[in-house]
Amino acid sequence: MRSGSNLEKVLEDGRFAVTAEIGPPRSADPEPIRKHARDMKGSADAFNLTDNQTAIVRLSSIASGVVCLQEGIEPVIQMTCRDRNRIAMQSDVLGASALGIRNVLCISGDHQVFGNQKEAKNVYDVDPVQQLMMFRKMRDEAQVWGGDKLEEAPKLFLGAAANPFADPFEYRVRRLSKKINAGADFVQTQAIYDMDRFERWMAQARELGLHEKAHIIAGVMPLRSHKAAMYMKNKVSGMIVPDAVVDRLRTAADPKAEGVKLCVEQIEHLMSIEGVHGVHIMAVAWEEIVPRIVRDAGLLPRPSVREAIVHPYHS
Amino acid sequence: MIIAEQKGIEELIGILEGHKDILVVGCRSCVAICLAGGEKEVGVLSEALRLHSDMRSKGWNISEVTLERACEKEWAYELDQLVEGKDCVISLACGVGAQVIQELFPDVRVVPGLNTSNMGAPEEQGVYNEKCGGCGDCVLHLTGGICPIARCAKSLLNGPCGGSQEGKCEIDPEVPCAWDQIYHSLEKLGRLELMDVPIPPKDWGPSRSGGPRKMVRSEAILTDEQNRMKGGKR
Repeated sequence: MRSGSNLEKVLEDGRFAVTAEIGPPRSADPEPIRKHARDMKGSADAFNLTDNQTAIVRLSSIASGVVCLQEGIEPVIQMTCRDRNRIAMQSDVLGASALGIRNVLCISGDHQVFGNQKEAKNVYDVDPVQQLMMFRKMRDEAQVWGGDKLEEAPKLFLGAAANPFADPFEYRVRRLSKKINAGADFVQTQAIYDMDRFERWMAQARELGLHEKAHIIAGVMPLRSHKAAMYMKNKVSGMIVPDAVVDRLRTAADPKAEGVKLCVEQIEHLMSIEGVHGVHIMAVAWEEIVPRIVRDAGLLPRPSVREAIVHPYHS
Repeated sequence: MIIAEQKGIEELIGILEGHKDILVVGCRSCVAICLAGGEKEVGVLSEALRLHSDMRSKGWNISEVTLERACEKEWAYELDQLVEGKDCVISLACGVGAQVIQELFPDVRVVPGLNTSNMGAPEEQGVYNEKCGGCGDCVLHLTGGICPIARCAKSLLNGPCGGSQEGKCEIDPEVPCAWDQIYHSLEKLGRLELMDVPIPPKDWGPSRSGGPRKMVRSEAILTDEQNRMKGGKR
């Protein structure tokens, strides 16, 4: 075990994992996170805390992760390369580990032009591949980048993001390969609506044997209206939403129920694809729907792995 | 070359408040090529300022000159006579030129007439693209002759992020994705395997992050004797 996290145990046990996303509030009040944690507890093996997603200032992912620990759910903290140089990144990962956080997802981060701090100076001292190299060295060699010794190595289960819907398509799997070689233990993908393209991408990943080198967790995002689908299609970078998906929600008598049904069908499809080891549910601003989706997909109860979280905040 | 553009006239007029004898200084190098601070632009701005002065009874006394290369002291020193009696120089040279002029003439306030932007190249007349980030450790041989430091919005070194779609960057559908360009350049060069080579965290020491940079080429430095023989002013 690299980190001993619940997510790592579920995946290493060969169980189909479920992760879900929690967007931290634009607030100093941790209560929304506690509420999501209580609503979703038991429906996923670990919960991603986004790191100022779309470059909008929010409660920090590490602090949100600690709130999750206090509520007895396991966090995956996301860490962008946009806001931290290598000093801050390594320091924060030591701090996160010290606080009981085990899963860290390494990402470049949405550019600040999308957010509410458009005038910010971005950092990008390292990119996500380099971030993974750095964190793996910290964990496996107990050294910071440059070689100085750490008295205690951080316990980390390292994640990378992958987007099968970005271009150049023929390079996307090789880019993932680079991330896995750099240290990614698990991979969470962009939300999948174009199943054909995802299948082609997975076939390429299997050709390179990537599905055996890291746990690929497929991303889904339930939609509650055709407007939400249109938004994803037109406004969110790196997404492909086929017209059939938009039409299905537009013509549905109960769009929300149809959105859940569509998501469940997607999960069932994804479970049948060789090399997909889990599903990541991103119910943006609709977190309360996650338990139902997981239940309808037949993924409850979640595997009870040995008490995974041992930390000072556990109540 | 250095790419720059003129500050808005309103901003410049605001900066000039309280000045009277003003010298507009241009440069025939980069900023002339990007149509921001050459002889023509110096003439147009000077005329605009004179008009404004007449209309608003500012009483400005505007004179103008365009240097061969404002960033070299030998050329900038040609202002020696012209700055005499002036209380302000508007530099239409780049930020480098403006500083060299201020250093040579510390008693006259030099104000920037340009916003200096980047190291780039004209794409066509009137269109200029940033090309080089001046990081001090060039990787163009690995990236198909396209700089990811300057041309990727995130300065990524290991391939395109998830926001690259149909050759465009996530920040703007008008901005090409540098890594998409790199990929296709390497494809043409038959060197796509370079896309698989992991590039470790970069040493930013030689970049601006290491502090202001000073390059000393000892073999080029003139001795006192050589300086005397050259008879230069500085």
